[in-house]
Amino acid sequence: MSKKVKVIVLRTAGTNCDAETVFAFKSVGADVDLFHVNKFIKKEKSLDDYHILAIPGGFSYGDDIAAGKILANELRVKLGSSLKKFIADGKLIIGICNGFQIMVKAGLLPGNLNGSADSGDFKQTATLMVNDCGKFEDRWIFLKSSGKCVWTKGMDKVISLPVAHGEGKFIAQDEMALKKLKENNQIVFRYCDAAGQKPKYPQNPNGSVDDIAGICDISGRIFGLMPHPERHFLFTQHPSWTRERKKSKYGDGAIVFQNGVDYVKEKLL
Amino acid sequence: MIWRVEIKDKEGIFDALGAGVEKDILDLGVKSVSKVRVIQVYTIEGDITQAQVQRICEELLIDKVIQDYSYGPAGKIPVSTKSEDFKVAEIAYNPGVMDPVEESTLKGIRDLGIEKVDSVRTAKKYLLFGNLSDQEFEIIVNKTLSNKLIQHAVDYSHADKKKTAPDFNGTQADIVRVSLRSAGDKELLKLSQKGQLFLSIGEMRAIKKYFQKIGKDPTDCELETIAQTWSEHCVHKTFRGNIRFHYFENGKKKARLINNLLKSTIVKATKTLNKSWCLSVFHDNAGVIKFDDKDCVCFKVETHNHPSALEPFGGANTGIGGVIRDILGTGLGARPICNTDIFCFAPPDFPFEKLPQGALHPKRIMKGVVSGVRDYGNKMGIPTVNGAILFDERFVGNPLVYCGTVGIMPNDKVKKAVCKNDLVVVVGGRTGRDGIHGATFSSGELTHESEVVSSGAVQIGNPIQEKKVLDALMQARDKNLYSAITDCGAGGLSSAVGEMGKDLGARIDLEKVPLKYKGLSYKEIWISESQERMVLSVHKSKIDSLLKVFNDENVEATVIGEFTGTGYLELFFSGRPVCSLDMKFLHDGLPRLTKEAVWAQPKHKEAHFSCPADLTDSLKRALSHYNVCSKEWVIRQYDHEVQGAGVVKSLTGVDCEGPSDASVLRPKLNSSKGIAISNGINIRFGMIDPFWMSASCIDEAVRQIIAVGGSLKQIAILDNFCWGNPDKADRLGSLVRASEGCLAASLGYKVPFISGKDSLYNEYAVNPSTTLGAGGKSLAIPGTILISAIGILDDVNRAVTMDFKKEGSLVYIIGETSDELGGSIYFDNNGLVGNSVPKVDFKKGTKIFETVSKAAQKGLLAACHDCSEGGLAVTLAEMAFSGGLGATVFLKEVICKLKAQSSRLKALRNDFILFSESNSRFVVEVERKNQKDFEKLFKGIPLGLIGCTQEQKKITIYGLDGKACLSADTDSLKESWQKPLRW
Repeated sequence: MSKKVKVIVLRTAGTNCDAETVFAFKSVGADVDLFHVNKFIKKEKSLDDYHILAIPGGFSYGDDIAAGKILANELRVKLGSSLKKFIADGKLIIGICNGFQIMVKAGLLPGNLNGSADSGDFKQTATLMVNDCGKFEDRWIFLKSSGKCVWTKGMDKVISLPVAHGEGKFIAQDEMALKKLKENNQIVFRYCDAAGQKPKYPQNPNGSVDDIAGICDISGRIFGLMPHPERHFLFTQHPSWTRERKKSKYGDGAIVFQNGVDYVKEKLL
Repeated sequence: MIWRVEIKDKEGIFDALGAGVEKDILDLGVKSVSKVRVIQVYTIEGDITQAQVQRICEELLIDKVIQDYSYGPAGKIPVSTKSEDFKVAEIAYNPGVMDPVEESTLKGIRDLGIEKVDSVRTAKKYLLFGNLSDQEFEIIVNKTLSNKLIQHAVDYSHADKKKTAPDFNGTQADIVRVSLRSAGDKELLKLSQKGQLFLSIGEMRAIKKYFQKIGKDPTDCELETIAQTWSEHCVHKTFRGNIRFHYFENGKKKARLINNLLKSTIVKATKTLNKSWCLSVFHDNAGVIKFDDKDCVCFKVETHNHPSALEPFGGANTGIGGVIRDILGTGLGARPICNTDIFCFAPPDFPFEKLPQGALHPKRIMKGVVSGVRDYGNKMGIPTVNGAILFDERFVGNPLVYCGTVGIMPNDKVKKAVCKNDLVVVVGGRTGRDGIHGATFSSGELTHESEVVSSGAVQIGNPIQEKKVLDALMQARDKNLYSAITDCGAGGLSSAVGEMGKDLGARIDLEKVPLKYKGLSYKEIWISESQERMVLSVHKSKIDSLLKVFNDENVEATVIGEFTGTGYLELFFSGRPVCSLDMKFLHDGLPRLTKEAVWAQPKHKEAHFSCPADLTDSLKRALSHYNVCSKEWVIRQYDHEVQGAGVVKSLTGVDCEGPSDASVLRPKLNSSKGIAISNGINIRFGMIDPFWMSASCIDEAVRQIIAVGGSLKQIAILDNFCWGNPDKADRLGSLVRASEGCLAASLGYKVPFISGKDSLYNEYAVNPSTTLGAGGKSLAIPGTILISAIGILDDVNRAVTMDFKKEGSLVYIIGETSDELGGSIYFDNNGLVGNSVPKVDFKKGTKIFETVSKAAQKGLLAACHDCSEGGLAVTLAEMAFSGGLGATVFLKEVICKLKAQSSRLKALRNDFILFSESNSRFVVEVERKNQKDFEKLFKGIPLGLIGCTQEQKKITIYGLDGKACLSADTDSLKESWQKPLRW
């Protein structure tokens, strides 16, 4: 593989946050390809050629049946072994919004809860279901990071990102699974109020259990979140940026992409 | 074998969808339902085993973490249908209506390696708990859970006999000829009415003459093609025809003949202005203007009123799908970058008992329309960044749904040209029996029978299909694989092929068109308005590459014919000729009619009350007016941030809740060049004088763009007229007057029109027995013009928002305030219309706009908000609560000018200054350190330093006598503003 950080942004029918995700990775120096999942299924392209797999937001296959379900099924059935190898090779995956829903429903997240960093058997142990408010909502929320995810390294302050989803309420399959998530430091983002304290609706926009907004696998390399870091990549993407007119070009979400690319440079190149 | 699967949430899982239905039921006034649970039903048909069904359920259909399921052969209804505790309603789509979930579910099943499934249909089963009567149950089923145009409640007693897949027995091969040549006038009219052609007697005679000349009777297909091409919807014959306009001048009745209203107003303005940055105006699907050296932007706003009245979700859904296709079909195809949606409804608290027969309740319509836009826009990944919602009782039978889309494309893709012997290729969705007669249907009035007669004109869309078309199309465009494109909208293939083949002629083999199901007649194939289809013209050498691009994206693309060069439209069905029409007759044969129009200025009652000493309550009432109040409930449901291009969002301020003026986007994330989008709409001004309504709307749309940092240097506008029946002289008269206002304001501000649309016949023929409009009258909407504007910003980093930023800043009002309360929110809250409609002084306005732009460029404006509905008072309140700050303001510093149209008004009044809606005004916040520079810049322009901002969240306004006339904490003002539509 070349000395460049190679990112594949995977798309299919209904993917719609691909362009801004490509823009974010390119802006932090990655070499980015955007391909339809068909190309990988037909073996015209191979995941082996990439360091980072990004599954962007959107409504894959219309989110018919349930959000992310049909692409999750397709990935599990058609690309399962490639994905297993990708993870075993120590590479990175990020799923944003619909990408997160897909990863959870394909069993890629939270992954094996019992210590080992392999991808397990794609068993679904959590879900993202219909928001408590019963409808799609686009709003800006505050997040506090925790855990040991490579994508959120150095994020110690409360950050602000937008959410835009109808099915983002995180639920683990049982108390045990939730306990394991906490013990394993797999909870990466929690919704909070502006001061970083326990949120109420709409600060927790969907009713997620334990205010969970994003989780990673036990290795910290496989990461999914409902909020959109690529939509606060630029400073002027925040609705009230005119109140600060800061010099910085970048918004709170940029560091996520930078972290991913930095990790590859450090560990995989 | 047909299998039935029922999926429900596990015990203890919160059923948010059920909770939403509970709210909707309460909206109906039914209080006896204590709980609703929703069960998802799938009906799967095919040669599959029980084990396979079980696998489909476990691996695909259910979410094991939260759901349980049961299944069995269809017909054996699972246990949960009858109970003491609840009633059951199962709602399924009617046969022939597309089930949007079917295609993707079939794909999911095939992914599992299970191939032999023929169809999947879905239904929703509602368990309604509580002690509700049969009558209440029926109301809930009919008014909330289903719409009989597209859905039905499943009758369990017949469930085992019903087939899931639609089963049509069309007599597809028989060619039908209509005896036209021998028909008299009576029969001609009958033919027009019976066939839903909506053609006048003059037009029917012209058609008869043509067929007499060529010596045969028309086929049904030929007649339909002519009706579609000649429909008001497609050809805008009112605007392009002759109008005898009667009006009054100095008390004397006068008349003049207008030859083509469109050409003599809207188009004339653009031609006169002759802007070099207007790249394509009026003749394509959207107007195109220059963006930067590489790309241009295009903008189109459509209406989808009639379908939205009958099926709000589907109507709005397909409305937005249609305008997006307009953008895909502009030039060689543009990429959509944002949507704008403007609606007019009757008030959401309209009494049920006053509803005209057959009309849906406005709250139901509004919820449905918003859902339809949400579904399509969000799934297409196009942010809805701008909009407005207006309320007036006269929209009760005819809501208005305006959908607009902006696109971007390379400069070298603006032109297209169909070439001789190019292949005709249809791409996208399949053709079904849906949407038949949309074009002609929208050219007639609605009646309470419309929902029965015209049900075929209502559809639901499939946004993912259109997204796939977009993805494939952009690749094909960039590889130069086709020479021309247009969308399949109203009129279907008939309209698209007819338009593209206008000069060359075309030959189509209708049996090649891919169908959703068997049994369509050739005529239905030809005129069906099934969604998500585009027509391309492709050179033979490129056809294989083109088909591959579409195939790679799982989009169907099919060659159905050729552009021939014969000048004839020739249709064949399995080799048999079914239509042969001279393109010349089809496009130029429409007889020009002369319609009568009359306009006289109405006289409304004037203000008869004196100014209240304390205006705090008046401000709260203005903020709570449905037209003014926060639309956050709607905006949040739209993904207004997808694509990441937003710079000024529709909700802004310290808590991201304040109402922005225009929206600003940077379509290219790596460039700081931007666009601003805004709209101007005000029906109440039109009740006084449509001329000034148009002018005011243009002023409003333009000043919103100025307010966010745009400039008059490059702003283009679009017109959208929604009017009543233009065959009635008073309706047409006000339409003429409005068009003339457009001409004056466009020239006055030098902002050209680049595209437009009209939707006429927005009337509702009311049954004599109903309470509204007794005596068989018809209910017309108020003549409504929407002006949409697009402006180019050189540097989005200089954009300005409307929220107060800091304590201790100076607050100015720019522009002159007159006693122009006619049509204002304040008068409306006092039960008045008034007569003193806001006028526009284009010279002064231009100077103001230019100077505000300069101030923004120089960074002198901390905040800027335009004064519109609700006047200065509402503007100040919005700026304060959006910024989390307060302000103290002195009215004696406001620059006022008494126009004294009203003899009653002898002097200025506090309430008039605060609530006048005079045009071309802004309120701005300026930091003290910038005071000198700012005031210098505004020398010679009406400017009042009216107060300053403060940390304390309170607004205090001192009246002309120096005493406080308004005092309120901003939290309570914000509450007044947010409460009305916080559902």
